[in-house]
Amino acid sequence: MSELMNNLLFGIAYLILAPVVGGLLAGCDRIITARMQRRVGPPLLQPFYDVLKLTEKQEIAVNLIQDFYVGGFLLFVMISGIFFFTRGDILLVVFTLTLASVCLIVAAYSSNSPYSQIGAERELIQTMSYEPMLLMVAIGFYLATGTFSLSEIMHGHAAGIIFLPGVFLGLVYILGIKFRKSPFDLAMSHHAHQELIKGTVTEFSGKTLAMVEVAHWYENIFLLGFVYLFFVWSAGWSILLGLLACAVVFFFEILVDNCCSRIKWQALLKSTWLVSLVAGFINLLILMYMR
Amino acid sequence: MFLLSLLCGVPLVAALILLAVKDNGTRKVIVKLAAALTMILALVSAWTFYREPVFTFKLAGAVSEFVLAGDVVLCLIIMYLSCRSGRFWIALLALVQTGLMLWMETTTGSTLQVTNDILIDHLAVIMMVIVGVIGSLITIYALGYMEDFQRLEPDIEDRRPYFFFVMFLFLAAMFGLVLSNNLLNMYLCWEITSVTSFLLIGYTRTGEATHNAYRALWMNLLGGLCFAIAIVYLRLRFDTVELDQLLRLGLASFNVTLPVALLVFAGLTKAAQMPFSSWLLGAMVAPTPTSALLHSSTMVKAGVFLIIKLSPLLGDNEAGLLAMFVGGVTFLFASFAAISQSNGKKVLAYSTISNLGLIVCCAGIGTFEAVWTATMLVIFHAVAKSLMFLTVGTAEHHVGSRDIESFDGLFNEMRTLAVCMAIGICGMFLAPFGMLISKWAAMKAVIDAGHPFLMLVLVFGSSATFFFWTKWLGKITAIVPGRKNLEADVHADEWLAMKTLAVLTIVVCILFPWISSAVVVPYLQNVYHEVVEVIGQENLIIMSSMVVLLVILPLLSFGRGHKKLVQTNLSGENLGDDLHYRGAMDVDVPVTLRNMYLENWFGEARMSLAGGALCLACIILEFAQLLGGVAHV
Repeated sequence: MSELMNNLLFGIAYLILAPVVGGLLAGCDRIITARMQRRVGPPLLQPFYDVLKLTEKQEIAVNLIQDFYVGGFLLFVMISGIFFFTRGDILLVVFTLTLASVCLIVAAYSSNSPYSQIGAERELIQTMSYEPMLLMVAIGFYLATGTFSLSEIMHGHAAGIIFLPGVFLGLVYILGIKFRKSPFDLAMSHHAHQELIKGTVTEFSGKTLAMVEVAHWYENIFLLGFVYLFFVWSAGWSILLGLLACAVVFFFEILVDNCCSRIKWQALLKSTWLVSLVAGFINLLILMYMR
Repeated sequence: MFLLSLLCGVPLVAALILLAVKDNGTRKVIVKLAAALTMILALVSAWTFYREPVFTFKLAGAVSEFVLAGDVVLCLIIMYLSCRSGRFWIALLALVQTGLMLWMETTTGSTLQVTNDILIDHLAVIMMVIVGVIGSLITIYALGYMEDFQRLEPDIEDRRPYFFFVMFLFLAAMFGLVLSNNLLNMYLCWEITSVTSFLLIGYTRTGEATHNAYRALWMNLLGGLCFAIAIVYLRLRFDTVELDQLLRLGLASFNVTLPVALLVFAGLTKAAQMPFSSWLLGAMVAPTPTSALLHSSTMVKAGVFLIIKLSPLLGDNEAGLLAMFVGGVTFLFASFAAISQSNGKKVLAYSTISNLGLIVCCAGIGTFEAVWTATMLVIFHAVAKSLMFLTVGTAEHHVGSRDIESFDGLFNEMRTLAVCMAIGICGMFLAPFGMLISKWAAMKAVIDAGHPFLMLVLVFGSSATFFFWTKWLGKITAIVPGRKNLEADVHADEWLAMKTLAVLTIVVCILFPWISSAVVVPYLQNVYHEVVEVIGQENLIIMSSMVVLLVILPLLSFGRGHKKLVQTNLSGENLGDDLHYRGAMDVDVPVTLRNMYLENWFGEARMSLAGGALCLACIILEFAQLLGGVAHV
């Protein structure tokens, strides 16, 4: 019973704290990025100011139904995070995340605008690229620990990274896509200008855009949770190791973001599938024959 | 037993009456009556036989002579048809298999003792409901559809009496097939479905239709030939022609792998697995109700039904590997090929082939969880796929094309239809069908059985599935201003079928934990004598509540709000209606949006070549191993 209460508390904490931490992370991201470019950068709380400002904008839209889809995106991202932090099932998390990305893609399609539709197409290609690897992460944990249940994975005898180094590499690769970082920010980008204006979110404004932003914060938090999973086991101090790993991976993604230019979708699809095959599949193959 | 003869008899009698009725009004009444009766009978018999785990029955001895006569008549029909068009090798195929059956009957004489001609387990109950409910709905839909079809295609001779005759005959044969335990009876029904599908595909009598119909015929007859050889082998070697006896022999570790592999091969041809998938793609030329019938509730389901029945004998033997790898490879390459298609019916055809591949693959693995997955897939696929075909058929008649690119603005032109289509698409690839069952359960089954390459196939194939369904979903949900409503003159019969199926899709998606525990698990328990929890019950319920959420949310908040409407971004050159912009030289350019098809990557020709070659190699390899093994012994 206490286990259940514990999990519930974690879930509620996630709902309240994730946007705060996610926003702070976004602020850190912008400061670090600025320093890498020899700028001072905005204040740490700038992402919150941005979102607050968005909510005060005049309410305009190209049609009345896109809010519904964007709302669905936010909702399902939150639900999948809840599954993650209540230590539900890892596959359930992955599937709910897919459901969320379907909502965002359909929202972009619904506006029938060229920029957002190309954004939606690219978002689709991105999803098709990273999904095999994401599923392989879940399969990897299943092979290593014999269960898809997160609570059991976190209380294993040893850190997942020992069995799943290849899978971890693959995950770090696709995290670039999920964080919407260069060179993989084809569908929409946080950088000032790109050829698609704002791609997927071109036709969203005001509160609708704010919802996308907040959903992105939620998403980032539990994506880092996946990284965390690789480094924790039953030992208490491994929590610190996990958090450290998250910080390192996050910094690495920012570094890559600032070193690379955007690639074409062909290169994205080809490289991601190749990494999934080489790093992910070979790792799983070895685990499967070891069983 | 009376109920069963009614179940097969009503469609049969209806078929004969419809052949004679030339008047459209009378036909409508009869079709609706017959469809309603069939549906009710299917449900009543399902309920009756659901209460016992296995019901068996022995038919009167005269039936077997009747069946043999049926084989001969069917053979003569095929020979006549194929000789008339100069395709003698097809006649030869028919002649050889019927000759084999006759030879067997005459040489072994009447020594054969059959204990159970009919066997109804929960799998047969499931199939009965699928055929009865979905098949009947499709015949009702066909009433409205064929009226428009004949009006829009004046060059094609109006042979509707014949069309409905064949459709109901098809249903009767399907009922016969799923009830049979005696392989001789099943073989007759098997051949009848081959011939009726041939007749339905060739309905329009155009060159292409005829060509495709003959292709479907020879491929299915090839399967039929293997079916016949399997029967003869079983009869000569083990002195039985009963499916449950075959299972018992196999489980008692007699070597029955060869006949099982032959039956699996027959199932593969019928389920349109590569390299035999071309017949199902060719079947598109037929009027849409035909495709809906072939793809969802009949024909292809007959193939997977047989393989699922055999699944306790499959696994790590030649027959099992045959099913597993041919199914797996087909799943992967058919999903890839679907990405490159813009013809709606072709996308559906490839998606059917890939889904059947997954079912065959799971049945081939043959463990409890794999067969659970396969059976659940059969149910979901039947409902959602029939809905998809019907909506595409109606859209084609009212939009004027079956190309997905022409469904631009379908949401504004035909809102109810677009909603039905969206339900179908979501049913096909979102929770729970696309996620919980075709990914989660299938992956778990594959990993637990220890097949890394099948896991790879699943992981990549399912991401392709996501791609082509979402892109279609996006197309039909786009809001395009300035379209007029085209929905007004859709026939009431078509609406009845489509709306019922849409509701059914939702109901099945919500109630699937119950379907699993009420029907599928009891069937498997009876076969495997154990129960394995494939996916935890609480996860099933979570998924099912997410579906409820997906249904309730649109009802609550769809399209509400009072925001000021503005124009879309056309780089400042929007001419004011979101549909045109000012281009170079001050020319008005209309906005046209097209999806990506990645033709260079997933082109159809490449994918079917690669998939077909791999599957053929697999078939040859497994049979070579089997026959080599037999020769050595």
